Order: sequence, then C-alpha cells, then structure tokens
Amino acid sequence: MKTFIGIDLGSTTTKAVLTDENAEILGRGITNSRSNYDTACRVAKQEAMIDTRLTLCRRELKGDTADDAGKLDELLTRLELGFRLEQFLEQLDDLEQTCRQQITGDRFAGKENAVGEVLTAVFEKLRGEAPAMYAPGGERKSDFFRDIAGSRYLTVAEETAKEAGVPFDLLLNVYDKSIIEVENRPPSDDMRGKFLRSLNAVVKDAPDFGVDTGMVEKAVKAALEVELEEAYLVGTGYGRVTLPFSKEHIRSEILCHGLGAHMMYPKTRTVLDIGGQDTKGIQVDPSGIVENFQMNDRCAAGCGRYLGYIADEMNMGLHELGPLAMKSTKSVRINSTCTVFAGAELRDRLALGEKREDILAGLHRAIILRAMSIISRSGGIADEFTFTGGVAKNEAAVRELEKLVKENYGEVKINIDPESIYTGALGAATFAHRALN
Amino acid sequence: MSTVITTPKNRPDPRDAAKDDSMIKQKEMMARHFDKITDAPESGQKVCATFVPGNLNELIMCFDFANNLPEVNAIQNGLRKKSGQFVMEAEKLGHSEDVCTYVKSDIGMMAKGNLAPNGKPFPDPDVLLLSYTGCFTFLKWFELLREQYKCETIMLHTPYEGDGKITDNMRKYMVKQLKEEVIPKLERVSGVKFDIDRLRENLRRSAKAEDDLVYVLESAKKRPSPIDAYFGGIYYIGPIFGAYRGTEEAIEYYATLRKEIDARIAAGLGPVTPEGPMGKEKYRLVTEGPPNYTNFREFWKMFYDEGAVVVASSYSKVGGVYDYDGFRHDPDRPLETLAEYCLGVYTNRSLPQRVDMLVDYINEYEADGLLINSIKSCNSFSAGQLLMMREVEKRTGKPAAFVESDLVDPRYFSAANIKNRLESYFQMIDQKKAGASIKGAAA
Repeated sequence: MKTFIGIDLGSTTTKAVLTDENAEILGRGITNSRSNYDTACRVAKQEAMIDTRLTLCRRELKGDTADDAGKLDELLTRLELGFRLEQFLEQLDDLEQTCRQQITGDRFAGKENAVGEVLTAVFEKLRGEAPAMYAPGGERKSDFFRDIAGSRYLTVAEETAKEAGVPFDLLLNVYDKSIIEVENRPPSDDMRGKFLRSLNAVVKDAPDFGVDTGMVEKAVKAALEVELEEAYLVGTGYGRVTLPFSKEHIRSEILCHGLGAHMMYPKTRTVLDIGGQDTKGIQVDPSGIVENFQMNDRCAAGCGRYLGYIADEMNMGLHELGPLAMKSTKSVRINSTCTVFAGAELRDRLALGEKREDILAGLHRAIILRAMSIISRSGGIADEFTFTGGVAKNEAAVRELEKLVKENYGEVKINIDPESIYTGALGAATFAHRALN
Repeated sequence: MSTVITTPKNRPDPRDAAKDDSMIKQKEMMARHFDKITDAPESGQKVCATFVPGNLNELIMCFDFANNLPEVNAIQNGLRKKSGQFVMEAEKLGHSEDVCTYVKSDIGMMAKGNLAPNGKPFPDPDVLLLSYTGCFTFLKWFELLREQYKCETIMLHTPYEGDGKITDNMRKYMVKQLKEEVIPKLERVSGVKFDIDRLRENLRRSAKAEDDLVYVLESAKKRPSPIDAYFGGIYYIGPIFGAYRGTEEAIEYYATLRKEIDARIAAGLGPVTPEGPMGKEKYRLVTEGPPNYTNFREFWKMFYDEGAVVVASSYSKVGGVYDYDGFRHDPDRPLETLAEYCLGVYTNRSLPQRVDMLVDYINEYEADGLLINSIKSCNSFSAGQLLMMREVEKRTGKPAAFVESDLVDPRYFSAANIKNRLESYFQMIDQKKAGASIKGAAA
C-alpha cells in the first residue's frame, strides 16, 4: 500500500500523519521534539505507523461486520493499550539497563551494590504499576515515556532510597544521565512482535467480548502483513531545515497549516494557529491555497509558551489552566502578553487579592486579543474560521476567542478539530500526496 | 570595555574577487568621501551635515563644503556590525527603545568618539542643513545635533504631497526659502559667494548621471533581470544619493555601471551576489521599505538562495525618484528643480501615490508580487504599509507578504522568523502560479 507522510517538526512536539492513496488519514503520531529532531522525526513517524496498523486492523475487522454494541471498538482499544504497555515496558527495561551502566566512578565507590539494589526495587515497582496505567480507563500523566516514567521514577526512587539508607542524589544522577540517552535511542523495530503479544493477551479475554477470536486473529495478522510503502514524504515546521530532506520535500508550515485546515474543514477561509512559539493568522482560498498570512514578529509573546510559563509561575500543570480559568466569574484585565511582564502582572494581581481563576481568565483573553490583532492584520476573519494548534485545546482560550470573534466579525462558524495539533502534518501529508498525484 | 573587531588594512578582501569594477570603484569613492570629511580640519574645508532624502548636494558644493550624511554613517555602522553598541549607548543616554535607530546609532557613535569608518574622528559640522522634512524624525534629530554642536542650523521646509501632486505654490514657497534663508546662510557660514552658474553646471552633471542610473534601474524589466534593485540597488544608489551627485566621478561611476549591465544583458546573466552570480531567476519581486543593514548579507542570501530577485524597490527611490515620473535635475530652472527634487522624494508622496507606484512597478516589471520589509523604528515608511499592501494585492491580483526587521538595531532581526515568512511567501507564489496555469489550461 502506498503511503504519504507529513511531518511537522514543531518547537515543542513533532507530529506525523500518514495518508493512503485516497488522501484518507491512516495514522497520526506525536512525540516531544527534544533537542534532537532526527530522533523526534523517527519516533513520530513510527508512532504514526503504529496508529496506521491499528487503522488497518479496524478496517479489516469492521470491513463487513456490524459493530452495534461497540465491542470491536473496545477490542481495538485494548489491542492498542496492550501495545502501548509492551512499548512502555521495553523502554523501561532500556532505562534500567542504562541506569545501571552509570553506576561507576568515585561518587559511587562502595555503594555500587546498594544503588543497584535500589534500582532493582524501583524498576520492579514501576513495572508492577504499568499494567494498571494501560488498563481500559487507566490514567497516565502524559503520552510521552519521559513524562510518565520520569515522574514515577523520582517519587519511587526517593522513597526506596530513603528506606535503604542510600543517598537519593545518586539515584537522581543515574537517571539524569540515562533518560536523554534512552529517549534518543531509536525505537525498537519489533512492532509486529509487540502487536502479537498484545493480541494474545486480548484474545485471552475475548470470550468476554463475545467476538470470534479466530476472526480477530486473522484480521490483525492480515493488517500487520500489509506492506506500507513510503511513497513521498514532506517535512514542515521549525526543525525542517535540520533534516536531511531535499528542498522538494520541504514546505513552509504556513502553507501546511492552511492546507491542513482546508482538509479538515473544506470551507475554511481563515485559520488561526497558536503554537508553542508562533501565532499565525492565515487566509486561504477555496482550494486551501494560502492567500495571505501574518505572524508574530521577533517575540513569542502570547504564544503557547506563555501559558507554559504562567503554569510554572502558578505551580500548575499546563492542562489545568483552562479548566480553572473557566471557573472565573469576572475577568481581570491583563495588558501584557510579554511573557516576562505577565509574570509580574500575575503576582501583582494576586497581591491585590484577585482570584486565581479571574486572573487566568484575563491572561487567556490577553493571548486571544493578541491573536486577534495578528488575524486582523492578515485580512480579518472570513467564514469558516478554523482554530488550530496546542492552544486550541484550551477551553478558556476558545471561550475568549468565540466572544471576540462574535464582537468583531459577527456570526462565523468556528471549527476546532480535536486532532488540530496535527493540522500542519496533515497539510504536509497532503502536499506529499499532491506531489505524486 | 568593549572590543571592536576590525579587518586589518591592506589585506585584499577575498570577496573582492566576485566584485565588478563599479563595485570596487564605489568602495574607493566611499573611502574618499570619508577621508574628505575627516581631513577637513587640516584641509580647512568646512563641513555641512545634511540628510540623504532631498539633499541639496549641488547647492552645497557651490559653497565648497564637505558633505557629511548621518544616515550614511549609520548604515556604515550597521554593515560593520557596530550600530548595536551605539544604539545601546544612546539608550543609556536616555533615548527610548522606539526612537529611529539611525538617530540612536548616530548619537551613540558621537558618544563613543565619533569615529568615521577610516578610524579618524568626524569633525564637528559648521552647518546643519535640514533640507527635507518629509520625515519628522529628521527635525528632532537635527535638534539634538544643534544642541550638541551649537552651530548654524538651516531648515528648508518641504510641504508633504498630501494631495498627490506638486503645486505651483509649493514650488514657489520652497524657492523663496532657498533664496531668502538657505542660500544667504550658506554664504555666511562658508564665506563663499553664491554663483548660480556653478549650480547650473553641477545640476547638468547630476542629470547626466541620473540618465544612466535610470537605465540601470529599468534594466530589471528584462528576463532574467541583470540587477537586484533592492540589495544590489543599495550600491547603485550610493553615489547619486550621497555626496557625489553633481560630480564627474558620479558620471563616470554610472557610465561604468551601465556598461557592466549592458554586458550582463548581452550575456543573459542575472545579478551578482556576494557569493557570485545568482542562479536561475525564479521569483521577481517588488519591495517596499528599507532593508535591514545589520544582517544585510544574511537577509540578501535568503532571497538569492531561493532564486528571488528584486526587480524594483521603493527604497531605491528614497533619495529621489528618477524613473517613475522622469524627474531630472534641470540646469535651466536651478532653484525650481531643487524644490521639485525635494518634493518628489518617495516618502514625501501620499499613500495613494505610493500605491500607484508599486502597482505600476509590479505590472511594468512583470513581478510576481510585493514584499514589504516593515521597519520597526521608521514611521516614514511603516505607517500605512498594511493598507498599501491590501490595495496593491487587490489591484494586481498578485500575492504580497510582510516581514519585519529594523534598520540598524541588530536586536530586531530574527533570522528564523524572517526566513520562515520568506519561504512561505515564495511557496505561495509557486502555488499561485501552479493554480493559474491549471486554470489557464482548463480555460
């Protein structure tokens, strides 16, 4: 099967989208960009391949079977979770091995065995916790190995080291030296093995679902057999120039965002993208071709990173900001979208006794006001209007945007795709498809 | 203490290998220009400081002044990577971040010893001649300089072409100022009696060089264009916008340049870039606004690496518009012609006039679109640029784009951001062209 790949190398995350010959999305993959775009690109692509296999399984299974009770969906979810568990355990083993190799040098002298034993206990515990995280309905802090394994490692290692009377900083030291190495190690290629192991586990439970296990096995195996040919690849995003892509394989992210938004919502005429370090206002014609654009200049005030900084200042998680801001009953005016000044304004308002949620609502409004200025310079908002980028997932930002769009441009249909983070990669995949078709 | 890195003298610059005769000639002319000014205390020549737009070089020469142009100094400091420290020095002295960075570079340079590119100090000017007021900052700039030098200051007020034309009243008003204010004061400071025939001779020489300059600028109508009218254009306008207009040297320079361009046309060659001849011409652009000088080569490279050539630019008209409506200095109407020259400077034209000009350039030079480099600290250019962009897009149907930087403040040049926008713009042009050819084939 011919596939077309789009990769968006963003400042925070790297995304990949695979499409088939009909330009239908087969799979999406995302990973943190690290400081290593090469690995990020490879990991995102592999994640998209995994997602593609699941899509192919779904196509095989659902081909001619009605799934009224949603049983096949549940089965596929379990298949994916089983796969993710396998993948997590594989990386956890790698992390353990790498950590062990770091127990050398003067600072470990005489404590090698003690540190080794703590590591054994820590990783045993982490492995033990893993199945629950990947059970249906299980909760994970993030989808990235570094975030999940890192936070649990630090907590468990601190406790275990204390009990064993081993200095925690030694455990911290081996982890710090290992995590980047593990993260940047090319992912193992044993995708098929992991899928089959997961399949075995799922099939074992299959009687509960009341589906034909023979049919499931046959379908999954068939999906894994499909040969995926990489027909054309297009890269975009800030990291694009660091990749060994030739010029014809590179497109500007502005064009990719425009086209990606058009693919998601063909009636799109204006696109707003708020990413980690840029905000873009893009006007597209009815076929998704960019007619005009504006973006933030020189400084990333009011972009995604601004929210990250505010979250740090408030000692909150990035994803907690929106929900808290939604609780606001009055909006506090924040004038500055300068990331640094906003920190000062934030502390000033807190000192004045304003509520955190009200201040946050004001900060979200400040970001959107800045975005509105960029859009207006690109030519305003025309119907339909598609909002993309990481900030589009923030409900408080969306609420402010809806208000301001209505005040300034009247009734406009606003589209936000839950997968909008993949807009640039989808545009790139579409360019890849168009390059050969 | 700051370290200033300078290229040792007498070592041949390897980049000269790729330079044409005209470029080497021009470099020598610039060196002589600065030597003339810094040698003034010894030669006994008096110094007049005046701005590039609307400069009255032909008149100034009638009084034997050496002509020192502060923006040229700021540009030199930008190109030589010195303006950053000067700008910050001026900020230390109390000038705000939003002030024109030419001004701040100048003020900072004065604070740091006021050294010319030849390493010698600039002498204090004997007279400040503000002959163009289309840029309001110039007024304030000279106010600061007057405070510093406590010398004679002459202001020639240039009415703005708000209604899109030069009226008889404007011309008379300016000629009156020349007769009653400017010339008597220049006579007094210099001790030289004004000789109108000498002015006529200077003007005659100006017109001759201007003919060749226009020929060179209009050569960009050819495909491929033998010149880059923005980056290369900066070099081409140097002598005519500065202290050489009205001299034999300028005539020679433009004659040499014209010959070189003719040779390029005959050979079917594109422009010369700092890295040698440009590759295949892929995009033809009209630009609006000044370039960035602190990262001039880096900025230019973003164009020629992509095969983009600028075929016409408004910036190369900032010191006088010669091509668009055929203006030439006219020795038969010496004072009137000086008035018209000042009035016709690009930034003294109304926004509708500027739009007309850009639209006509796009059509006449068969450009693919308009690119605006919006300068953070230059209101003369930046005010109204977005409106102009929309209007030009609407009237030509060609895509336009907007990048932002600054004249000589290196803090406002974000290479990744600008490159991203430029590449997007070039790809937009590709898409437009592809779309047009599909539509064309379908029709």
